[in-house]
Amino acid sequence: MRADAAERVESGGLVLLTLAAWLVPGSGHLWLGRRTKGLIFLVALTAMFAIGLALQGRIFPFEASQPLVFLAAIADLAMGLPYLLAWALNLGQGQVAAVTYEYANAFLIVSGLLNMLVVLDVYDTAVGRK
Amino acid sequence: MTSHFLLMVLFSFFVALVFAVLMKDEPRAQVRFGAVVFGGFILSALVLGWLMFPFPF
Repeated sequence: MRADAAERVESGGLVLLTLAAWLVPGSGHLWLGRRTKGLIFLVALTAMFAIGLALQGRIFPFEASQPLVFLAAIADLAMGLPYLLAWALNLGQGQVAAVTYEYANAFLIVSGLLNMLVVLDVYDTAVGRK
Repeated sequence: MTSHFLLMVLFSFFVALVFAVLMKDEPRAQVRFGAVVFGGFILSALVLGWLMFPFPF
């Protein structure tokens, strides 16, 4: 499996692989031939992000004056394409008064953070560390 | 769905699922690890919630 993954990365490009893994959660694993893992990441992370939006969560803006908000924005951005779609469609305005607001933000932020771990896992797999 | 408990269970399920698939390669090990992480989330949340119950804020 290690040799397979390394061979595929050499032809495809490590940068392109990690970029794809960030953009579409699970796609990096699918690229490396780890279908089950890739599909689970794709479904689970996308579902977490969608649930966060459905529960009135907020896509945080990049406000340098508020460090925690800025960090939350980075975590949101880590979701890749779902984040970009939500941003383009003006979703994720956030309803502070909603009873689910804090949970929704937890879903949104953690889905992005988990996708960061998934991207790192793709990189490790691609270079033969796993 | 506005139940905090159900949302916590749902959140724990997804995080445990991703962690298990990320950390383990064998299906049996994934199930075992995922169950431990999921149970740990639920148990710690219940214990912390119980401990915080007397707090006035």
